[in-house]
Amino acid sequence: MIEIKDIYKTFGDNEVLKGITATFKPGKNNLIIGGSGSGKTTLLKCIVGLHDPTKGDVIFDGENFTDMDFEQRVPIRTKIGMLFQNSALFDSMTVEENIMFPLNLFTNQTKAEKLDRANFCLERVNLTGKNKLFPSELSGGMKKRVGIARAISMQPKYLFVDEPNSGLDPKTSILIDELINELTEEYEITTVIVTHDMNSVMGIGDHIIFLHQGKKWWEGSNKEIAHTDNQELNDFVFASKFMQAAKAKL
Amino acid sequence: MFQSLGKYILLLRLSFRKPEKFSVYWSEVMREMVSVGIGSLGIIAIISVFIGAVATIQTAFQLVSDFIPKTIVGGITRDSTILEFSPTISALVLAGRVGSSMASQIGTMRVTEQIDALEIMGVNAPGYLISPKIIAGVSMIPLLVIVSVILGLTGGYIACAASKDVSTADYITGLTDGFNPLIVTVCAVKSIFFGFIITSICSYQGFYTDGGSLEVGQSATRGVVWSCIMILFVDLIISRLLL
Repeated sequence: MIEIKDIYKTFGDNEVLKGITATFKPGKNNLIIGGSGSGKTTLLKCIVGLHDPTKGDVIFDGENFTDMDFEQRVPIRTKIGMLFQNSALFDSMTVEENIMFPLNLFTNQTKAEKLDRANFCLERVNLTGKNKLFPSELSGGMKKRVGIARAISMQPKYLFVDEPNSGLDPKTSILIDELINELTEEYEITTVIVTHDMNSVMGIGDHIIFLHQGKKWWEGSNKEIAHTDNQELNDFVFASKFMQAAKAKL
Repeated sequence: MFQSLGKYILLLRLSFRKPEKFSVYWSEVMREMVSVGIGSLGIIAIISVFIGAVATIQTAFQLVSDFIPKTIVGGITRDSTILEFSPTISALVLAGRVGSSMASQIGTMRVTEQIDALEIMGVNAPGYLISPKIIAGVSMIPLLVIVSVILGLTGGYIACAASKDVSTADYITGLTDGFNPLIVTVCAVKSIFFGFIITSICSYQGFYTDGGSLEVGQSATRGVVWSCIMILFVDLIISRLLL
């Protein structure tokens, strides 16, 4: 479980996050949604430690991550997997080397064991046999899947996903969402997804927090979102005619 | 300026923190050594031969007099090649070849979130990315400078053989006459410092790249420019202190 308590983040005079508190439970897809500039990615970066919050605490299973120094954070970081918006695969490494990279650094497994784990992760994301390809030889959807394979290679307790559907066609988007959902349920991972893709929101949004102007504006599930009377959330979720028509049918 | 200097020193401190796993870092050091050393051998060989040849021809041209022995051409070429041409010009060329490559490589990793990915995994990103480059720089650049000295002096020999202004026998005699081993020490010290300057400054510029592909190019340019300025400044300081 991840708890964030009263998170503030300021860049110069610009206060991006204004006191956000939330709890993300294991085995659930926790979605952070909001318009551009609402602070979604900044919040995600504060949670994973890429930004230090100006004020507030991030707590991973009772351990206060914000108070820790680099060395103290390492044991928690090895339990974190992250899928980046552009996958962030290491260009100079093959698919297999990308997946084995954290295993090389943080485990004492033999080469055969690491290779087995890499093959298992690739099989899990339906990329069996793509071991020797370089990131430049992969499509956008394949890069995302390799990113997921690398993120789960260390059997993470926490999975963070930044805009998993950006740049993907609708069919691949749904496949990626389904894959994240399956992994979250199967391994009881605490998954936090930053997105503004409404298919993801309606499809896998077990727990959603909506950010607006740097504040938590609404919190609920995908079942509750259609019936909310929160004006800003309605304007955001049902901005398109397609979503308005879908809402009318509900 | 002072803020940048502080950031640079802090980054260097982070770069030499205890590695997560020595074997992984060692293979990175080897990879960088090949890239810096073998990768730069061709360009260093070409410029060294030409610089040695030009230095010999120009020295001979300026010292055409019956009162000056021809052997002095070899001595001047040797001293200027070992003390200045080989370490400094090689370093300036390597700042362009190796430094810009390092800055743009690290800068691209920054803007494509690969460095964020390393940090989230718990890897000390400056240590993993920068320390192997610095180790490769301070070990391989002095070796390249030794190669440069040998080829520079060979270039001078070829120039003598081709032009006939100075005989090759006079040139060889000049090379060996009045040799002071201190110049080799100065050359070695310079090349170690230059190796550190090129790799650390360019890595620093790449590591703190912010933005997109345009900024990666700007970081590489800044890295090369600052490296060149610092090479010339340190060249002056070392020459003043050791000679």
